Amino acid sequence: MNEIKHHLTDEVLMAYSAGSLPEAFELVVATHVSMCDDCRARLDAFDAIGGAVIEDAETVALWENSLEATLALIDAAPEFEAPRRATNGSAFPAPLQDYVGGDLPAVKWRSVGGGVRQAVLSRSKKSSVRLIRIPGGVRMPDHGHRGMEMTLVLKGAFRDEHDRFGRGDVEIANEDMHHTPIAEEGEDCICLAATDAPLRFNAFIPRIAQPFLRI
Amino acid sequence: MVTQEQEAEWAGHIRRIHEARDQAAFKALFSHFAPRVKAFLMKSGASETLAEECTQEAMATLWRKAHLFDPSRASVSTWIFTIARNRRIDMLRKQRRPKPEDIPWGPEAEPAQEDVVALQQESAQLAKALAELPKKQRELVEKAYFGDLSHSQIAAETGLPLGTIKSRIRLALERLRHSMK
Repeated sequence: MNEIKHHLTDEVLMAYSAGSLPEAFELVVATHVSMCDDCRARLDAFDAIGGAVIEDAETVALWENSLEATLALIDAAPEFEAPRRATNGSAFPAPLQDYVGGDLPAVKWRSVGGGVRQAVLSRSKKSSVRLIRIPGGVRMPDHGHRGMEMTLVLKGAFRDEHDRFGRGDVEIANEDMHHTPIAEEGEDCICLAATDAPLRFNAFIPRIAQPFLRI
Repeated sequence: MVTQEQEAEWAGHIRRIHEARDQAAFKALFSHFAPRVKAFLMKSGASETLAEECTQEAMATLWRKAHLFDPSRASVSTWIFTIARNRRIDMLRKQRRPKPEDIPWGPEAEPAQEDVVALQQESAQLAKALAELPKKQRELVEKAYFGDLSHSQIAAETGLPLGTIKSRIRLALERLRHSMK
């Protein structure tokens, strides 16, 4: 847990706290925070602002039967909810498992060429999120971004021109950044990657391949 | 503004819901928080009907999650804020928002009283600091939390002293992790 070196930014954590982050990025935030107590504490601090705002807010009249209706909701399902946690030794924390429908073996990978595989977990007009699996030593196609891209390492590690990213590390890239991550020799590198715009590949063949990648 | 005594009383209500399924404790929390949650949801853009339904759902969720409340990491109003915010997004999207894993205290361990008191103090100070912000700045923070700003517009620099509350929560998390070993 204390090995994580690359964290979420305050902007991203506050946007998650305020509820204004697109779904794809929320999944990366929820997954990283599940692995990183530093970012959990920072997120909780931003949530504390929300608590102060709600406490300070004016009040609005409830419906006449509001309390009775709420008690009826509770009566319909009075059990305390089990804590949501992945079991020890899982590759994926609980929020990611909710999207995959299980841990790593449940992922439905599709080949995208060059030994690289991916599984799209969610796509909308605003954002998309997918799992990417890169064999050790293999380079990702050179790509820039039209928007923001967040990449969280779940297994293995990758390097780019700037740094090394291992399990739990998250890289946040903006549109100015052109980088060519390469998976470290050894085991496959598995990442969770969210973008708020389709990726733009610089090399010719990956650009043609892009429609098939569905990103 | 919430006093520490008030905060301790509310935390006690949640504990009694957890330990004794105490309806009177629930009603006390409901009468204070439900009208605020509904106002928050309406300011976040929900219609009156949706805000009412979402408030009822959020308060029912409070009951079902009472055993997961950790007073060394969140004040009662903070915890209720997170439940209401998540419910709002769930309802808008018609699917569950991705949320971090829960890390509750086990049945045999619980947070230290000093951590609980420290967090309650920090929460009260944060509320005071928010109230004392220049009007324009305070409105900007509120706007962000009512969901009026897009994520690219949000400036994390709020002018609020978040460093100490963050350190408190970090410490509480360390003790929790230690107790799990």
